[in-house]
Amino acid sequence: MSVINVYQQNPSADVKAESPLHHADLASLIGKGRQNAGVTLREKKFLGHLTLRGDGHDPAFASGVHKALGLELPVALTVVARGDTSLQWIGPDEYLLIVPGGQELEVEQKLRAALEGQHIQVVNMSGGQTLLELRGPKVREVLMKSTSYDVHPNNFPVGKAVGTVFAKSQLVIRRTSEDTWELVIRRSFSDYWWLWLQDASAEYGLSIEA
Amino acid sequence: MLHIFCPHCGELRSEEEFHCAGQAHIARPLDPASCTDPEWGEYIFFRDNPRGIHHELWDHVAGCRQYFNATRDTVTYEILETYKIGEKPQVAAGKQPSMQLTKTGQEEKV
Amino acid sequence: MSQTYRLSSGGRIDRSKVLNFTFNGKTYQGYEGDSLAAALLANGVDIVGRSFKYSRPRGIIAAGAEEPNAILQIGATEATQVPNVRATQQALYSGLVATSTNGWPNVNNDVMGIIGKVGGSMMPPGFYYKTFMYPKSFWMTYEKYIRKAAGLGRAPLQNDPDTYDYMNQHCDVLVVGAGPAGLAAALAAGRSGARVILADEQEEFGGSLLDSRETLDGKPAADWVASVVAELESLPEVTLLPRATVNGYHDHNFLTIHERLTDHLGDHAPLGQVRQRIHRVRAKRVVLAPGAHERPLVYGNNDVPGNMVAGAVSTYVRRYGVAPGRKLVLSTNNDHAYRTALDWHDAGLQVIAIADARHNPRGSLVEEARAKGIRILTSSAVLESRGTKHVTAARVAAIDIAAHKVSSPGEWLECDLVATSGGYSPVVHLASHLGGRPVWREDILGFVPGDAPQKRVCVGGINGVYPLGDALADGFEGGVRAASEAGFKATTGTLPKTVARKEEATVALFQVPHDKSTNRAPKQFVDQQNDVTAAGIELATREGFESVEHVKRYTALGFGTDQGKLGNINGLAIAARSMGITIPQMGTTMFRPNYTPITFGAVAGRHCGHLFEPVRFTALHAWHVKKGAEFEDVGQWKRPWYFPKAGEDIHAAVARECKAVRDSVGLLDASTLGKIDIQGPDAREFLNRVYTNAWTKLDVGKARYGLMCKEDGMVFDDGVTACVGDNHFIMTTTTGGAARVLQWLELYHQTEWPDMKVFFTSVTDHWATLTLSGPNSRKLLSEVTDIDLDKDAFPFMTWKEGLVAGVPARVFRISFTGELSYEVNIQANYGMGVLEKIVEAGKQYNLTPYGTETMHVLRAEKGFIIVGQDTDGSMTPDDLNMSWCVGRNKPFSWIGLRGMNREDCVRENRKQLVGLKPVDPTKWLPEGAQLVFDPKQPIPMDMVGHVTSSYAANSLGYSFAMGVVKGGLKRMGERVYSPQVDGSVIEAEIVSAVFFDPKGERQNV
Repeated sequence: MSVINVYQQNPSADVKAESPLHHADLASLIGKGRQNAGVTLREKKFLGHLTLRGDGHDPAFASGVHKALGLELPVALTVVARGDTSLQWIGPDEYLLIVPGGQELEVEQKLRAALEGQHIQVVNMSGGQTLLELRGPKVREVLMKSTSYDVHPNNFPVGKAVGTVFAKSQLVIRRTSEDTWELVIRRSFSDYWWLWLQDASAEYGLSIEA
Repeated sequence: MLHIFCPHCGELRSEEEFHCAGQAHIARPLDPASCTDPEWGEYIFFRDNPRGIHHELWDHVAGCRQYFNATRDTVTYEILETYKIGEKPQVAAGKQPSMQLTKTGQEEKV
Repeated sequence: MSQTYRLSSGGRIDRSKVLNFTFNGKTYQGYEGDSLAAALLANGVDIVGRSFKYSRPRGIIAAGAEEPNAILQIGATEATQVPNVRATQQALYSGLVATSTNGWPNVNNDVMGIIGKVGGSMMPPGFYYKTFMYPKSFWMTYEKYIRKAAGLGRAPLQNDPDTYDYMNQHCDVLVVGAGPAGLAAALAAGRSGARVILADEQEEFGGSLLDSRETLDGKPAADWVASVVAELESLPEVTLLPRATVNGYHDHNFLTIHERLTDHLGDHAPLGQVRQRIHRVRAKRVVLAPGAHERPLVYGNNDVPGNMVAGAVSTYVRRYGVAPGRKLVLSTNNDHAYRTALDWHDAGLQVIAIADARHNPRGSLVEEARAKGIRILTSSAVLESRGTKHVTAARVAAIDIAAHKVSSPGEWLECDLVATSGGYSPVVHLASHLGGRPVWREDILGFVPGDAPQKRVCVGGINGVYPLGDALADGFEGGVRAASEAGFKATTGTLPKTVARKEEATVALFQVPHDKSTNRAPKQFVDQQNDVTAAGIELATREGFESVEHVKRYTALGFGTDQGKLGNINGLAIAARSMGITIPQMGTTMFRPNYTPITFGAVAGRHCGHLFEPVRFTALHAWHVKKGAEFEDVGQWKRPWYFPKAGEDIHAAVARECKAVRDSVGLLDASTLGKIDIQGPDAREFLNRVYTNAWTKLDVGKARYGLMCKEDGMVFDDGVTACVGDNHFIMTTTTGGAARVLQWLELYHQTEWPDMKVFFTSVTDHWATLTLSGPNSRKLLSEVTDIDLDKDAFPFMTWKEGLVAGVPARVFRISFTGELSYEVNIQANYGMGVLEKIVEAGKQYNLTPYGTETMHVLRAEKGFIIVGQDTDGSMTPDDLNMSWCVGRNKPFSWIGLRGMNREDCVRENRKQLVGLKPVDPTKWLPEGAQLVFDPKQPIPMDMVGHVTSSYAANSLGYSFAMGVVKGGLKRMGERVYSPQVDGSVIEAEIVSAVFFDPKGERQNV
């Protein structure tokens, strides 16, 4: 055993997997919402989520991360992306890395190699989190009903990402394009968020996408 | 609902994102064993309850998960500054806040 | 027949749209655009309620939020009942059902009325304190009677069918009030490009301009309102909120607005729409433009229906096309109220007389009235009105204000409407919600906002700026200032031209003198909602209640939903005069949120029903539901409590589950336990500092139980931590303690030991954790794993990696039941699949799912504590008989060590955790029950401890408990007694807390 325990957490065989919103059976709701719904929701499931800890003010850390991911270390309250990989500032020593599902071990090993000798932490969170994508003209209103954080475009441009209070719990809000937002949610709260978002978007109409 | 400038996020955020962890600058004695019972009791139980300037420890639990300090007027509830752990407050009891405070951001953006 | 008092023309109502509504069971008609109050007046409804204390008949007095009497119950069905709605603020809609809230059995014939009329002295002011405080036991009786008779409205008995919610807003400038000043401010701020919110409590924007005689640029004032609203609507960053009351001004420019989106449309909201919404606004700058309330004069029988505030009469005539009478007597101390007489005259109605308290009024409006031939009596006022259910006459006499005396006998003027004006009170409520003291201005005879640290600008009537042109200019300038302070470049603009008028100064008159002393004169009401009279205030000061706050509490002046809107200044003036001091010496009471009542629905928002609180579920939850589990709330988690089979109660189910675990194998979902991934070269040392026991020698591959204490030495969490790499640990915490333990680790790392190289990250949700427990757990697990489960290869308190049901897993061999156990951790996405395969393989072993109740029983049989159940924040590890878990020789003085060495923590006779075995094995000791050594001791008995955990159904075959007893660890074999509520006493023997397998052989096979 080594200093840090790193291992493949995904099965090699084709084994049954359930995303955090599996029970909501979103697939069966596709096409059932209102026409021209104000809000469209989809779960971006089975992605690789990793928490990366390290000193964000240390240039060596930034260059190690860049070497491993090809991404600049994001500054406070932003998310940077390249292809399907995104890296988000969570705190001065904490980042959220999202990669295509199945790449968790490989990217962790790359990071550890590039940051060799530095005090860091890499933790696979893929089973504990999921992404909800919200798209449409009324998403901003739904967000305003839910969070005290200012989601006006002046304050929340594309590329911004903040951890905040949402309804009665906490999550991360990311703005990925003009009318597309992502919520990074914890698995155990996923049903609460699903119920909340249905309720809060009811007056604008909600549709589900695969 | 207070509006608190998180010195790590660099933004004013709503009070509900934070948790107040009590009086700031209560350092753990370096050698607890040498403390008398009253000294240890002072450290763990006794806190100031001033009318006016008070330094407090806050945790940005819903945001960056960082602890930081805030100087708050307990009469007006105005927060005069926030500053990182390890930094010294610029405002102290009996000392009026100076203009340079704006650099903490608490006043800057309202 | 209907709408006898409706004028044939005029008003902002649509006479082509007739709306039916009912009031106290009778059907009436009104028009679209009416307020409920306007429609009631149009139909000649005099009495809308009975007064709170004296049960006098009361009618509508005002036209807005300040209305004290027309507070009604609205709702066509049981589920849609809303109490405390002011008829003046409720828009009329078809099918509206309203009833009086006070008046029992009905408003026109009232039991209390007799008491009230016969002897008002039966309920003097201060009745809360005098009459009902003692004897205490009577209060409940009184309260029931008074509440029923006084009528505070009632809550619906059925669930509200409507949806309510919150909206979080951020703006540069929030403008409160859309009267002339507010509209001008919003225009100035809006044109700068700033994010502006304009909120007004009324159905439409315009405020006083909606019923004004004034012209702007030579056109009716309402035309200007329409053009401003149109411009504001065209500005993308301006949000307009009509029907939205700014109800609270909170810290750091956080304001709450209660918006009624559909209350004007019907009994309940149209499908899919939100009925009411709370806007939670953070504003960089606030412009307060709430205007002023007109004060009525205080005179005898001023509460008889048909007595109104002058401005309200104008509002009904000009805005609603309703004349609340035929023959008007107006009593005033100012010029502005003359417009009421002019409006009345213009509507073709008769003005009997104007009583003006001033000697020689010569203002423009006064001259206009004179020119129209209206009789004006100077140095005069209405002393009292007459009438039982409606005014029939008013007595007008000459008065000497300085001497507070009547100087002529006066005359009774026949009339059916008395309108009075005592000047204006700026609406300083919001400006003082945060404690800013209002300041008295003698020139306007009113309180204006004092200095306050809030970033706000006050404009218009709130500043005592009453002339229209001045209010517009003040508003515009305030809007410019607010926008520029918020960082926007505001442009100048031209304001509409107003007609300049000569105005005569207002004279200070509050309570009109009467020839009898105040306490013998007809009742002179100051606060009609709370039934406070001038005599009551005088009594309060005579009895020594001299502070304004004491007068308020003694008399109830301005209490509750009234918040002193009409009566506050009059009451202060009366108290000041009776004490011989000035109003500023008297000072004013403070106002609190909310400005007007708010529904519970709006407070709750969406946070009700299944959204009341977040509920957390594990990845295996659907399976538990399928298996018929009953659930228990643990923090926010839903955990299976027990899995009853058909016909089983909790006791039978738990007994079966316990037996299955002890005899074969059980399955528990342990996913809710907090899990923290800890990495870094200093991780091990950090554990040494936060746990009571030692971690230096824990090898990779091993796991250890640890206790955590706070600095006071008291246990606050526990759990098993495994060493998965030399610098890498997985810590588990209690289910409820996960978040606070992580915060606590971060606290010490960030503030005390920032140089230690260690990171903590929560992985609670990442893992699904299945516990297999029981003698057959090894056999079962071996069928689905490639891990070598041999007892030497995989001993107790170690962990292994391998495949379980084809999925990579970390398996921990730890036990909370005392049986051979394995905790299988898999990435949560695969949890359900692995569970299903284990269940399939477990059939031959009678694999039995068990819940938290069985888990609690089995751990208690082993004497394992549950933090928070067997501990209460006052127990050290020694108290728990867990000294084995305390590393007193660790080099660093870890958290809790110094605390648990304090004198009180090491004294003899502390309460200590022991086992309790009822002498009668069928008796169950209730959890929380107190324990004594001598059950025959007279009460109060010496209580020596209490029961912390107790289980009747278990695998032992007898009832047992855990509890704390003073010096209990040295009292093994002694007896304690627990006196029960029913008088019986349960006797128990103090025994070791480990009831089952004391040598721990079963978990170590």
